[in-house]
Amino acid sequence: MVEILVNGKVVRVAPGTTVAAAVLIAGEERFRHSVRGEPRGPLCGMGICFECCVTIDGRPNLRSCQMPCRDGMEVVTAVFNEG
Amino acid sequence: MSVRIADVAVVGGGIVGAACADAFSADGLSVELIEAGIVGGGASAAGMGHLTVMDDSEAQFALTSFSLRLWKRLETALPAEVEYSRCGTLWVAADDEEMAEVERKRQFYTLRGVTAETLDARQVAEAEPNLRPGLAGGLLVPGDRVIYAPCAAAWLVKRAIAGGARVRTGVRAVSTDASMGAGMVTLSDGGRVSAKHIVDATGAASPDLVRPRKGHLAITDRYAGFVRHQVVELGYLKSAHGHDIESVAFNVQPRATGQVLIGSSRQYGIGDSRVDAHLLARMLRRAVEYMPRIATLSVVRAWTGFRAATPDSLPLIGPSPRNGQVLLATGHEGLGITTSLGTARLLADWVAGRKPPIPIEPYLPTRFPAEVHRG
Amino acid sequence: MKDSLAFEIVVVGAGPAGLAAACTASERARSVAIVDDNPAPGGQIWRGEARTPWIERARSSPVQLLTETQVVASPGEPALLAARGDRPVEIRYEKLILATGARERFLPFPGWTRPNVLGAGGLQALVKGGMPIAGKRVIVAGSGPLLLAVAAYLRRQGAKIAMVAEQASRGAVLKFARTVARSPSKLMQTLGLMRDLAGVPYRTGCWPVEAAQGEVKFRRGGRTWSEPCDYLACGFGLVPNTELAALLGCTSQDGFVAVDSRQQTTQPGVYCAGEPTGIGGAGLAIVEGRIAGYSATGRPDEARRLFAERDRGNRFRIKLQEAFRLRPELAALARPETIVCRCEDVSFGRIAEHRGWQAIKMQTRCGMGPCQARICGPAVDFLLGIPADSVRPPIFPVPAGLLAEDL
Ligand SMILES: Cc1cc2nc3c(=O)[nH]c(=O)nc-3n(C[C@H](O)[C@H](O)[C@H](O)COP(=O)(O)OP(=O)(O)OC[C@H]3O[C@@H](n4cnc5c(N)ncnc54)[C@H](O)[C@@H]3O)c2cc1C
Ligand SMILES: Cc1cc2nc3c(=O)[nH]c(=O)nc-3n(C[C@H](O)[C@H](O)[C@H](O)COP(=O)(O)OP(=O)(O)OC[C@H]3O[C@@H](n4cnc5c(N)ncnc54)[C@H](O)[C@@H]3O)c2cc1C
Ligand code: FES
Repeated sequence: MVEILVNGKVVRVAPGTTVAAAVLIAGEERFRHSVRGEPRGPLCGMGICFECCVTIDGRPNLRSCQMPCRDGMEVVTAVFNEG
Repeated sequence: MSVRIADVAVVGGGIVGAACADAFSADGLSVELIEAGIVGGGASAAGMGHLTVMDDSEAQFALTSFSLRLWKRLETALPAEVEYSRCGTLWVAADDEEMAEVERKRQFYTLRGVTAETLDARQVAEAEPNLRPGLAGGLLVPGDRVIYAPCAAAWLVKRAIAGGARVRTGVRAVSTDASMGAGMVTLSDGGRVSAKHIVDATGAASPDLVRPRKGHLAITDRYAGFVRHQVVELGYLKSAHGHDIESVAFNVQPRATGQVLIGSSRQYGIGDSRVDAHLLARMLRRAVEYMPRIATLSVVRAWTGFRAATPDSLPLIGPSPRNGQVLLATGHEGLGITTSLGTARLLADWVAGRKPPIPIEPYLPTRFPAEVHRG
Repeated sequence: MKDSLAFEIVVVGAGPAGLAAACTASERARSVAIVDDNPAPGGQIWRGEARTPWIERARSSPVQLLTETQVVASPGEPALLAARGDRPVEIRYEKLILATGARERFLPFPGWTRPNVLGAGGLQALVKGGMPIAGKRVIVAGSGPLLLAVAAYLRRQGAKIAMVAEQASRGAVLKFARTVARSPSKLMQTLGLMRDLAGVPYRTGCWPVEAAQGEVKFRRGGRTWSEPCDYLACGFGLVPNTELAALLGCTSQDGFVAVDSRQQTTQPGVYCAGEPTGIGGAGLAIVEGRIAGYSATGRPDEARRLFAERDRGNRFRIKLQEAFRLRPELAALARPETIVCRCEDVSFGRIAEHRGWQAIKMQTRCGMGPCQARICGPAVDFLLGIPADSVRPPIFPVPAGLLAEDL
């Protein structure tokens, strides 16, 4: 099993699980805020829509559906990252 | 096709043509604006939209500072989508030689009433925490601004229309003739416009004396607060305003969206609008040298645009030596978004026979002999 | 310094078309590579399935599989720039085969931006990536055979499929089903799915009109009602991924990459196979891939022998297109305040003020976000008949540091 942190909460997932899946397992469906502040979550599942973006290990705007979980990852969702 | 009659036919609906249409229309003249593509396209849709006071020459200073004053008068009127931002400019100095330049520049600005403040190494780091450590210092010009030019052009055109101007987009001017005191513009759809004055605001497409100078830009995803000012290297003076065939400079801008707009490059003699991967790489390397963390920001798009360059780096504003009916409003190189409003004001005053707030002479196309215009 | 690799044949995309093209080319070529951004070959359809014949063949062939490698630009010469994580790789080729596949088409309707509304293929991909779905009540809606495949898959994973809503009419779907049944392998496939979907209502002429928290409003035959569900999985057919072809200067026709009988694009030495040339399913993609593989290795006779099979595939493609043509009512679902561009939150009302893609983009920011119009572009095209036609590098967002490296 792989252990990651989603908004400070420990989530244990099978190897190969994507960060998007781990976020949902953590019970979080709000991945990011849109420009107007609406909650958004994954749409395409294949890395093209950018709706599943989260902050991983301090790096914002990363597509969680394309990112496999790695031990010790810290994931933060819905960071209000607009100017 | 019928002939339409107007006092002024403006050819080109970039920021310069839009400003001209607005200024003439405000003077009560009837205006016909002809744009081959869309309003606010062309170089105006490619440029950074930095409204900046420049000090390469007295004439450049006069036009840029006058124009910036005109932009500031519009401050409260501009709609949100123009993304008017009061971010100011931070010129960064890498070494003592550039610090000397900071001091010269500060004096130049201060003497002429433009606020400018010298920052030491620590203050520069505080002002822009993502700059690399060890820079010598910088010059903060807080009065500079940033806008989003395509929407600014659209807004100026809307105001001109409210004042009675007519706008045709998707139609190209194919020829201009002058005879018997009136100009005639023939359009690609067969239509014609007869006008007392024809304004050539076609930017880098202008046939008169301008050379296209290609530039690259790249924009990132949203990273609010990553940069706070338009940050430009002072080496910019050496590279960008030199006449090298190809150069890059560190020049980054915070967009109102939280995105970082990264510039810039300059290239002569290239007609191809495709992104040149090698030059883009060079430009980004320069940016990363100054702001190492830029390397981690996600770039969503890179594009190019063409500046209209003149031999003396000053625009061409006033009657064409080849055809007195045609008023040139081109050759703004890398400053046309800034100087659009000043340009329009000078031309409107010229046509109205008013005394302009700054002398027009340094920009008159007749400063070059007619043979030069013919190339 | 970035890594640099060179191959005689480079195939972009490891779906059915790309695998078939690479395996075929490798019979003759000195070196062949397949580049794909996913961790394993298979493309959208065989994602995560280890044992399909073409994947097995590719694995046992000399074809080099470059996975987790995303092509983002073409630096000019016959070369591609790809991203492997944050690292750039330059991939040089003598011949290039584009097999970049397709993505789902999403149409805007009130509520479509809510987190409980996902793509149909999108939800399937997420579940393949470990998203828990067992016990969830799911409605699959939109258009095309993909809906049934997704519903069957989700049900096998323990989801409760409350309904499959197909916008196409019953008549159109029945006519198509008769076409499909004409070929035995397709009948088996359909029957297999039907067994998986026993008891699930398949409603034709039915589409979602508004999504809310925990429920979705549907319309069918003039009636509108709400259905409770945890997720709406919704896709309206497929859109070809033509960005790389456009970047390389290949000409498009009606939104698809134009190719000649040998699958060669308008750029000599650049071939294209599979969905970018037309949405015709895996069967057609495989034939086109093989033809491209033969053509790129100078074997026109072998290629020609497959033309008849491709013709059959193309007839199927046309029937598919006719059966699942999107009804005009769908274009009326977006209200002026409905978001069309999700990256930049641009509403339909603002977009509809402009004519032409460049004006829409420059004046509203529609299409300027990280998806670069991949989602809103096809939606605007469907709503207003204005195709998004501007492609610039990088075709996928990448760190500036990656683009900054040079040889
Ligand atoms: C990379 C880059 C960065 C820049 N950054 C800045 C900056 O930060 N600040 C700044 O002040 N300036 C900047 N500039 C410069 C600025 O963009 C230009 O000076 C300015 O946009 C010129 O405006 P224009 O209206 O003259 O030309 P354009 O915007 O090019 O408009 C000309 C218009 O004329 C039309 N046209 C041409 N021929 C015809 C015809 N025959 N008939 C009808 N229409 C025709 C074209 O379609 C076009 O729309 C930058 C330029 C570039 C390339
Ligand atoms: C201040 C500012 C901020 C911006 N912010 C963003 C942003 O956040 N996101 C964003 O996406 N854009 C942004 N833009 C850029 C804008 O969308 C255009 O990319 C820009 O105006 C330059 O246009 P373009 O050359 O890409 O033109 P396009 O609008 O793409 O039109 C140019 C033409 O060239 C063709 N073309 C495109 N690519 C190629 C190619 N590779 N090779 C050959 N021909 C090609 C196209 O088909 C098209 O017909 C911004 C522009 C400005 C001025
Ligand atoms: S869900 Fe679309 S990019 Fe991840």
